[in-house]
Amino acid sequence: MSEHCIDLTVNGHRHSARVEARTGLGEFLRDTLGYTGTHLACEHGVCGACTVLVDGVAMRSCLMLAVQADGAELTTVEGLAAPDGTLHPVQQALKDNFGLQCGFCTPGVAMTLAAVTRDHEGPGLEEALTKAMSGHLCRCTGYQGIRRAIRQLAGASA
Amino acid sequence: MKPAPFDYVRPSSVEEACRVLAEAGGGATVIAGGQTLMPLLALRMSQPFVLVDINGIAALKGVTRVEGGIRVAPATRQADALRDATLARHLPVFVTALGHVGHYQTRNRGTVGGSIALGEPAAEMPATAVALGARVEIASVRGTRTVPADEFYLGPYMTVLEPDELVTGVVYPDWPDGHLVLFREVAQRPGDFALVGLVGALVLEGGTVSRAGIGWFGMGPTPIRARQVEAALVGTALDRIDPQTMARLAIADTAPFDDHHASAEYRRTVGARIFARALAETLDLRSAA
Repeated sequence: MSEHCIDLTVNGHRHSARVEARTGLGEFLRDTLGYTGTHLACEHGVCGACTVLVDGVAMRSCLMLAVQADGAELTTVEGLAAPDGTLHPVQQALKDNFGLQCGFCTPGVAMTLAAVTRDHEGPGLEEALTKAMSGHLCRCTGYQGIRRAIRQLAGASA
Repeated sequence: MKPAPFDYVRPSSVEEACRVLAEAGGGATVIAGGQTLMPLLALRMSQPFVLVDINGIAALKGVTRVEGGIRVAPATRQADALRDATLARHLPVFVTALGHVGHYQTRNRGTVGGSIALGEPAAEMPATAVALGARVEIASVRGTRTVPADEFYLGPYMTVLEPDELVTGVVYPDWPDGHLVLFREVAQRPGDFALVGLVGALVLEGGTVSRAGIGWFGMGPTPIRARQVEAALVGTALDRIDPQTMARLAIADTAPFDDHHASAEYRRTVGARIFARALAETLDLRSAA
């Protein structure tokens, strides 16, 4: 089994580490680097809780190896809020609308909503955000709050 | 960590990748997007000695026009193919099907070639390749070969690919601009694998179907080309097409199975229904199901 030295950036901070080939990106972020905001639940690509941005693109961190993130710029939920603590609009919308119950799925939900909000052009943001939510499971079934947050986000940008 | 231990290599050329595959003597597995392979590794249903990551091979990415068709390189991300102007303009049926693959987050990493090479019988991409008459380009240290998509699949997750071979491209033959898109799928939730699905392209000339390519997914051990209904449609004037008759012919080529999601009988019944509706809607026929 091979080991690899990797360099990557997480929320603007550079990290170097030695990883076993089979180490998943999500467990590397949590267990090696301490970014425990990224939540691992199913660990086989179903629930979406571990979603992070890899070079700005929303992906499931359980479906990538840490070694595959060599050279990448990652954003985790810890990197969403501004340095002064001002919440990202997505976090604010989830907070305002109680878009969470236990909060376990929330980091992944927030990363997807942030990426879609950033990339979407033209009308139809609410539909795009809602469709992207098909990639997330909320075990508490707190979907109505998440939908209200989505409406707030779509309304804010309309 | 959940997968069994393996070595990881990231070749930078097709030649290097083929060499690694050959040297591994059947113990290597190729990873592209990994959106299906990573779960199989986590569940230890797949335990390769060597994982060959093809994401660093520039030649395996991108969409290009080639003589007589459009070539999609296998490591092209599904999200990138969805945004590709050439595919949007010349192969809308492909784009329609691709939009139903997985979820936003998995399309951002999953690849077109990964889905095709994996051979999940309920997946959209293999059936689309079969329906449109695509050819799969394959390389190994022994040379290259090209296999028609409908000869590529042998069974669930089983293809003609030898352990030392790598898919290097999928070439979709030209379909005339303005071809009609036939697409329906029934799944329990958006993004789930389809219980039943169909994909196809139809070309009309002077009120008559002049060309048809139609495939099923979730309707047998492999994607299935609906040859009987294709033959019945081609050369037939629109006002002579009965959707119900065509639907019966369309499911005649299928071999659905019972599983814990649906019975074979359900799949045949729903398959015929969605085929009749899709055909009537696409051809703007009046007697819909």
